[in-house]
Amino acid sequence: MSILHVYAYLVAGWLLLGGAFGIARSRNLIHAVVCLSIAQSGTYVLLIAIGYQSGASPPVFGGSTPPDVAAHSAVVDPVVQAMTLTDVVVAATVTALLLALAVQVAKRHGTLDPDELTSLRG
Amino acid sequence: MTRRVRLIVFAAAAAAVGVLLVVTVVGMPPFGNAFHPYRDVAVAAAIAHQTANVVSGVNYDLRAFDTLGEETILLGSVVGAAVLLRPGREERERTEVPEDEPPLQAVRLVGYLLLPVTLVLGLDVVAHGHLTPGGGFQGGVVLGTGLHLLYLAGGFRALERLRAVPPFEVGEAVGTAAFVAVGIAGLAVTGSFLANVLPLGTFGSMPSSGIVPLLNVAVGMEVASGVILLLAHFLDQALRVERR
Repeated sequence: MSILHVYAYLVAGWLLLGGAFGIARSRNLIHAVVCLSIAQSGTYVLLIAIGYQSGASPPVFGGSTPPDVAAHSAVVDPVVQAMTLTDVVVAATVTALLLALAVQVAKRHGTLDPDELTSLRG
Repeated sequence: MTRRVRLIVFAAAAAAVGVLLVVTVVGMPPFGNAFHPYRDVAVAAAIAHQTANVVSGVNYDLRAFDTLGEETILLGSVVGAAVLLRPGREERERTEVPEDEPPLQAVRLVGYLLLPVTLVLGLDVVAHGHLTPGGGFQGGVVLGTGLHLLYLAGGFRALERLRAVPPFEVGEAVGTAAFVAVGIAGLAVTGSFLANVLPLGTFGSMPSSGIVPLLNVAVGMEVASGVILLLAHFLDQALRVERR
């Protein structure tokens, strides 16, 4: 198993853990939201990597004749690509909601530093 | 929890997740191999329904019910952001937004030139979602964000003149309702929710793949309206809402 065979998985794990590290040490809620987006992009890389096949083409067929399924099966997996699309949409909605929350936190508490939000401390 | 303790807890959790990731990757089928059973089934099913873009076939045909859920997540987030960003008790909305400095001539030129091009591109991505890469979600984002070239080129007032909020609130609701309506049509005709009810057409031509283009348009409408509403709420928050 060469490095190329695990490279995509390494990138996915790196993005996930790097993003989570950024959230853990964040001093700014906007920064934390961006870090969450980075952690989430690790899942895109993971999904696309799982569906990849060496030398395969995209799962979109050109031309006006249906391809012969048996002979033309060399496309990458469309199911994980569709899931990645879902993932991207959910990430965008979560980002929008969290940014709206950050706006309200900044207005109510006058700070974006999570460590200074003493009223939220458990 | 102090920062130090928090980072120690994070390090322990990250190490555990890292070990699990390594164990998983070692046990997975090798990267780039030819064993993709879901791919084989999904490609055959999409071709049977005359869908050239198999990703769209998965999203709007095979997994259309999941896409309905995804669409309602977006609707929920738009409603949630609208609730969170409404003016509070000690705030009020300015009716007149002060005109900001005019943007650079170059930005105006490029913005006004690219505005129609981007909108046409967005419509094209939605309309050909079942044939070429793209679809309702992608085209909807192009449409929703492309409209804001007007904000860059002409400022907030120019944007407001062309982008009244109420029609997009209607668009958001109609887009979601249209998706459900197509699903109910499937239920009424075939007995299964979101089953195909339209003629499948010929592979690779504009009228093909049954309900996929219809759902693409519904989702494109919903996503474009949703993006515009979200950005409208954030822009209002930045430019309009002020303390009493």
